[in-house]
Amino acid sequence: MRNAFAKEVTELAKDNTKIVLLAGDIGNRLFDRFKEQSPQRFYNCGIAEAAMTGIAAGMATAGYTPITYTITPFNTLRCLEQIKLDICYPNLPVTIVGTGAGLSYAGLGATHHSLDDIGVMRTLPNLQILVPGDAIEVSACLRAAVESGRPTYIRLGKKGEPIIHDKDFTYKIGRVIPIKSGARHLIISVGNMLGESMVAVEKAKDKYGLDTEIVSMGSVYPLDKKFLKNAFNKFERILIVEEHGFVGGAGSAVLEYAYEEKLDTKKLTSIACAKSFLSGVGSQENARRKLGLDSDSILAKLTI
Amino acid sequence: MSDFKTARDFGRFKIIEITRAAKAAHLASALSCYDMIYYLYNHYMKINAIDDPKRDRFILSKGHAAAALYVSMYQASLLSAEELNSFGSIGSILEEHPSPKLNGIETASGSLGHGLAVAVGMALANKNKNIKNNNIVLMGDGEQNEGSVWEAALFASANSLDNLTGIIDYNKWQATDRSNEVLALNPLSSKWESFGWQSLEINGHDLNAFRDALNFKATGKPKIIVSHTIKGKGISFMEDDNNWHYRLPNEEEMLVIARELNQ
Ligand SMILES: [Mg+2]
Repeated sequence: MRNAFAKEVTELAKDNTKIVLLAGDIGNRLFDRFKEQSPQRFYNCGIAEAAMTGIAAGMATAGYTPITYTITPFNTLRCLEQIKLDICYPNLPVTIVGTGAGLSYAGLGATHHSLDDIGVMRTLPNLQILVPGDAIEVSACLRAAVESGRPTYIRLGKKGEPIIHDKDFTYKIGRVIPIKSGARHLIISVGNMLGESMVAVEKAKDKYGLDTEIVSMGSVYPLDKKFLKNAFNKFERILIVEEHGFVGGAGSAVLEYAYEEKLDTKKLTSIACAKSFLSGVGSQENARRKLGLDSDSILAKLTI
Repeated sequence: MSDFKTARDFGRFKIIEITRAAKAAHLASALSCYDMIYYLYNHYMKINAIDDPKRDRFILSKGHAAAALYVSMYQASLLSAEELNSFGSIGSILEEHPSPKLNGIETASGSLGHGLAVAVGMALANKNKNIKNNNIVLMGDGEQNEGSVWEAALFASANSLDNLTGIIDYNKWQATDRSNEVLALNPLSSKWESFGWQSLEINGHDLNAFRDALNFKATGKPKIIVSHTIKGKGISFMEDDNNWHYRLPNEEEMLVIARELNQ
């Protein structure tokens, strides 16, 4: 996903001279092409996320469309008040990109895990929250964020996630991204869980002959309320799968909506992480297995 | 200097009046930096229109001194009397900390340590666009406690932002104690020098000195004006008395104030 981000932001900045890229001393070589192409519009802000966020806000008041980029926990919780007051309060066109969300950096320990960012960012007024599921969705979400001219948080995985889409598309913020239609069961896959969720869908078909519908959530705020309302009518079971804590995550957002609309919340199953500081989980793959986020665990929940 | 006296006496009185009417805090904090904000808005900054991209920009990072900002803007005809007098009342956009929803306010301030980074972003953007304006931010001495101030300071000097001016309202107090005793602020001026800024030290109530400092060209680096000020400036019984960080004058005290300010 991060390579797709680097490619798309470079592409966008070619024609859109308002775009400036602010990085928090991360992405060694990743932005070489951007720097070559638009040297006056790339800034390494150092390991100073609060300042980077405030600087982005200041540039936005002067007509730029800044994009900040660093590792997810540092670009969200570390500089939370700057996002809230400098960007969201004046409703400025800044895009905050967190790379390595969820358990992308499982082996680096709890300092680098990000299982709370959606929950925290979701409390901020005016902030759009986008959760692309593969490299193609990253490009589509970034274009939509820049185009919207509104405060936006984009949650990226790392690199090498399976590519699910076979072609580029235009993303409309606030809509789910259809992947495969089906009957009875629906999986709403959040961000970087798309590959794992797809495997679960395939296994469900192979092992149990289940025709499961799957969408990539695309946007946690605003929610695709129309889709959700229909889904609660149409499907027997709805699984929300996210590499994020239960508390405040995308599953929470859907549950809040379902509660508000008096939809049948018994249909809903949230597959997410327990609230804890994880240690010794090793690779992302292993961490997912341990936490019940791997395709077999999703399958088990789907066929209960 | 006499031409400033009438305007400043009026402005100080107005700050006290509106703060008292709103039952707001931070009277002494507003009086400490008012002279400089008055000068910026009425004798220094060029603001043809509040949405002119070429305008000089000012951020009151110590947002709790909002009364001083509003009175200065009123004196510069950027706010009406009606707007000014609505300060702190229900439904008013003139809140006790400046809101970005108010025309002419460049960013939200009130949570300390935010203004400098935003001003740095503005200065950087304007420099890139070849707009030759002034980007000015006023901070408190207590505000120097915030780490984000120093993050932004390092970025500004690394990027040679000589269109950026920081001002420190160095009144030697923060909310509950002497600013040099709470944390190790001294030597403040050389701290900024060591961060790559041009530092100038002045008496922040001497507007000729302030003008000279503003006009000083710091080539290739940002400039900080360390302004020695007095909290509660202009009222004999408020000066350097930190009780007026929160207190408001009673009727009797108002009579003395009116006399001292020739109102
Ligand atoms: Mg002070």
